[in-house]
Amino acid sequence: MLKVVEIEHLTIQYPDVKAIDDVSFTINQDDFLGIIGPNGAGKSTLFAAMLGLNTKYKGTIKFFGTDIRKSKSYLKEIGYVPQKPIFEKNFPATVNDVVKMGLQKESDENKIDEILQQLWIHELSERRIGELSSGQQQRVFIAKALVNSPKVLILDEPVTGIDQQSIDLFYSILKELNSKQNITIIWSSHDLDAVNKLANHVACLNRTLFFHGESDDFFKNDDLVKQYSEASMQKHMHNH
Amino acid sequence: MTFEIFTFSFMHRAIISGIAIAILCSIVGLFLVLRRYSLFGDAIAHSSFGGIALGLMSGIYPLWTAYGVSIVSALIMTRIKDRFNISGDASIAVLLSSGIAVGLVIIGLSGGFTLDIFSFLFGSILLVSVNDTILILSLTGVILIVILLLYRQILYSTFNEEQAKVSGIPVEKINYLIVFMAGLTVVTSIQLVGVLLISALFVIPNVTAIMYGRGFKQTAIISISFSIFSVVAGILVSYLFDITPAGTIVLIAIGIFGCTIGIKSAGLLSQHH
Repeated sequence: MLKVVEIEHLTIQYPDVKAIDDVSFTINQDDFLGIIGPNGAGKSTLFAAMLGLNTKYKGTIKFFGTDIRKSKSYLKEIGYVPQKPIFEKNFPATVNDVVKMGLQKESDENKIDEILQQLWIHELSERRIGELSSGQQQRVFIAKALVNSPKVLILDEPVTGIDQQSIDLFYSILKELNSKQNITIIWSSHDLDAVNKLANHVACLNRTLFFHGESDDFFKNDDLVKQYSEASMQKHMHNH
Repeated sequence: MTFEIFTFSFMHRAIISGIAIAILCSIVGLFLVLRRYSLFGDAIAHSSFGGIALGLMSGIYPLWTAYGVSIVSALIMTRIKDRFNISGDASIAVLLSSGIAVGLVIIGLSGGFTLDIFSFLFGSILLVSVNDTILILSLTGVILIVILLLYRQILYSTFNEEQAKVSGIPVEKINYLIVFMAGLTVVTSIQLVGVLLISALFVIPNVTAIMYGRGFKQTAIISISFSIFSVVAGILVSYLFDITPAGTIVLIAIGIFGCTIGIKSAGLLSQHH
């Protein structure tokens, strides 16, 4: 099995707190990995390091066998969907414009139509991005992430603030991308039920890694499930 | 009588230069406005005032010293802003006031204001020479080619810096390139509307066009159209009524903006369907 990501002894120290403490794990091709943990557990910090946005860390992160500090070429193989994309609400960009921004070769423009149809947003292609609902916007950002046919899709709590109907559609799209297009998915979420339904691997992160393995093994362990569902909920409610 | 003005060669140069500057200010200004950097053009223009004063005192052609001073100071200020995490508006205030301060001190040392300084402060489009016109057209061509070649990278880093970085775009280099192009554009445009009104050409046609356009290219074309109309109509009206071209150009642009606000308030421009 091809190793897509290898993280070894990753430690990220902020001035007042250790955000990630000696975390090591491997993600293989075709994995659908759900990363769970309460708010402040270090999920977004981990993603920022994996995406090369934060280079101040100890340890090693390898994508496709290459240390990401030595080459940024791995980014061409990655699609990234942030928690809530920040952009100027009045930005004059249509759905088509936004998806096209993600396109690395102009010659692949035909792919845009194909992906917009796949994500059921083809009719919105000439609408301004700021006019769409959160759920529609998130599908546009997935389309942008997919337009270069990435081998890996990284999603940071992508359904925050989205209606249930859009969430269900979003999850079915993710499942299909992993099972039919063999895209490795790395997805952080608070929703244990969704992780149970979709992911084939689970990582429990709370600054350090408490569990990493097949999702069946995680969900068979009642203590672990209870601990993570309570920890997530308490922290989640506390933050709201 | 009215059509006679089209026979004057100074008017040909003014209109050709004006159209080139209108295109340049619209497209560079659109990126600045969308980056919430609307007043950056104003800050560069004010810093160029120091450069103009330096040129007039030293006997070097003032536009050359203005290019040097404003581009270097804008790049240094951008570096300081990024390095020390200073907010965009505060860095604009520092750049703006330091340029004026340097200019005033140099002017004081060289014996006070001259007619030349006033032509840079308020513009002198009807006085552009053949060499100025060639310079304006050449710079416009070069900057437009650079923008076309790096269109996706510039647009993406304007839309969302973090995502652009994740896509492998060298966002910091693109940011410096935009500052550099803004510096070139501002100093090139000083001859049209002068130091004091330059930011109007960067901002007003763009905020107006954003209310009409749906996509980026459409918005850019609308902005360029409004800008060209304001500049050409401004030059002609000001000549016919013997009033200042810079003020007339900006007032026409403000008029289009005001009409757009009126149309939008009446509910005729609420959605971009």
